[in-house]
Amino acid sequence: MNELASLVAATLSAGTPLAIAGLGLLVNERAGILNLGAEGMMLVAALTGFAVCFETGNDWIGFAAGAGAGALVAACFGWLVIWLNTNQYATGLAVSLFGGGFTAFVGVAYVGKKLAERADYSIPLLRDIPFLGPALFRQHPLVYFTVAATAGIAWFLYRTRAGLVLRAIGESPESAHALGYPVRPIRLLAVSVGGAMCGLAGAYFSIAYAPLWVEGMVAGRGWIALALTVFATWRPARILLGAYLFGGVTMIQLHLQGMGVNIANQLMAMLPYLATVIVLVLISRNPAWIRLNMPASLGKPFFPNL
Amino acid sequence: MERLSWLKHLALAAAVTAAGLVACTKPEEPKKAEAPAAAPAQKPEPLKVAFVYVGPVGDAGWTFAHDLGRKYVESKFGDKIKTTFVEKVPEGPDAERVIRDLVAQGNQVIFATSFGFGDAMEKVAKDYPNVYFEHATGYKTAPNLRVYEGRFYEDAYLAGIIAGSMTKTNIIGFVGSFPIPEVLRNINAFTLGAQSVNPKVKTKVVWVSSWFDPPKETEAAQSLINQGADVLLQNTDSTAVLQAAEKNGKYAFGWDSDMSAFAPKAHLGSCRLNWGLYYEKAINDVLNKTWKTEQTKWGVKEGLPEFVSIATFVPDPVKKKVDDAKAGLKDGSVAVFKGPLYDNTGKEVLAKDVVADDKWNGAVNFYVKGVDGKVPSGK
Repeated sequence: MNELASLVAATLSAGTPLAIAGLGLLVNERAGILNLGAEGMMLVAALTGFAVCFETGNDWIGFAAGAGAGALVAACFGWLVIWLNTNQYATGLAVSLFGGGFTAFVGVAYVGKKLAERADYSIPLLRDIPFLGPALFRQHPLVYFTVAATAGIAWFLYRTRAGLVLRAIGESPESAHALGYPVRPIRLLAVSVGGAMCGLAGAYFSIAYAPLWVEGMVAGRGWIALALTVFATWRPARILLGAYLFGGVTMIQLHLQGMGVNIANQLMAMLPYLATVIVLVLISRNPAWIRLNMPASLGKPFFPNL
Repeated sequence: MERLSWLKHLALAAAVTAAGLVACTKPEEPKKAEAPAAAPAQKPEPLKVAFVYVGPVGDAGWTFAHDLGRKYVESKFGDKIKTTFVEKVPEGPDAERVIRDLVAQGNQVIFATSFGFGDAMEKVAKDYPNVYFEHATGYKTAPNLRVYEGRFYEDAYLAGIIAGSMTKTNIIGFVGSFPIPEVLRNINAFTLGAQSVNPKVKTKVVWVSSWFDPPKETEAAQSLINQGADVLLQNTDSTAVLQAAEKNGKYAFGWDSDMSAFAPKAHLGSCRLNWGLYYEKAINDVLNKTWKTEQTKWGVKEGLPEFVSIATFVPDPVKKKVDDAKAGLKDGSVAVFKGPLYDNTGKEVLAKDVVADDKWNGAVNFYVKGVDGKVPSGK
């Protein structure tokens, strides 16, 4: 029972950064912009968050700085692809490669540095409930924030006028433009929000999850978050579930190994991508599903003056 | 309105990726730009020594330890040598190009510090008989190519002695990278060290399939702790396992370099690798013209693996046991792998009183008795 509780707890905390980044990417993809730079943005944010946390001694300023850094990188990306109409795929890949190299270069000073004692978080009273306490209520605040953010983004996208405009821009920027909506600024805003969320996820790695900085420490999780948006067919709640699923698969596999059960862990490592491919195949078999969920203008350039 | 075709998208992506890769493997420019002009004419030309690293020098682990060795010989030999390094060299065709490039730049000694550089070293060594090639953890030799490695498992054995003494649950954990003989030796030595002071100890192993993935190392450590392990060792390259132990109020060790600063409450000791000692010997061999091809394997006796920074809260009798084992390893009265030795299915792997030789060490593909589970295999 105890082991199960700690397995659940570990799953939630492993899934959280994937969910935050995935939700952020969902916002900009819903606006029709595909940002393959997630990995790079997360690395820049992980370094910024760690550095600021190290210098100020305050986790929350570190998280804010990480989100800010992610938004800044995303805004640069946005300017390139939205105003200069550079290719979204190539620019996104460039951001990922740039983020990796740049943070390795400027982050050298923070390698081997140690943050102050990490705080333990738990919710009074609730934490003492048998099983549920250790499983759910002794988590980092960001874990709860993620659940709230999922609900918030779902509400925003489907229940507000602004969300409707955002989705309309993702479906047909030409129509939204004809109706008088400022397509480019709104897209930039969506991309920046996506960057900020990726930044938060990156900072979570370097401040809370594995509190250290070394180059490349995000180790491919930006790509998993990107796969997650497809896996979830661009739905917020499915992103959260998918993230916990991916987190759970990792933790269960490690747990089984510790118990002496052997399954090829290379196989488990490719599961998230394999699952994404399967989902892609499934939704592609039913054109209605794709049409309903995948933003129609995703990845395509938009020229307001033509 | 013009739209790029999919083909063009892919071509662009490939071009960007390729450009990125080239940028990543570019040799360190500033390092080699400094000296020649400044050197006074009458002094002998410094011996040019180059290091090829598989990781970044900032990994705080494997490559970091090799780079400490480079800095050590630089301070030892002063202006008699001049060192260069190239970091993050992938273990593939690029390695050969990098090594050839270093030779073309006039380096007379090349240290390649990862197993996967073996083929490249062999090829280039054939073409440059007057250059000395040194390959870490390799096995192929030639008249001008030799190999060197450390008996890291002796450090793991010493860590095991402390782990066996400090564990309350009698479960110790190991976060492994890949199930190769080198790593399996460490797991076995760690277990045997623990059993030497506490026969009830069991070892649980979790593999992360990476030398370097801090979040996954954290998850693996957490998973071992969840299953009752209260002392952890790892052979992955970051400090994540140690920090996970600190967060959970458990114990762990540093690996490759002294990591005591990262987890003051969890850190029991560090298994450090002093590559500098070997680099000093190798460069002396070249300078004194005594270089000959050989296979060097240095243990605690020679000081290459060194167990350092034992925590102050480790009880004195335990420290004494570690010191005794250290002394035993130095004078040869203690051997880590000595028969009778059984694997965890009960099969005898080393007969009574037989001490493991290097051939046996190189073929380890099992867990010793006391380790849970089965070695993952491709079969």
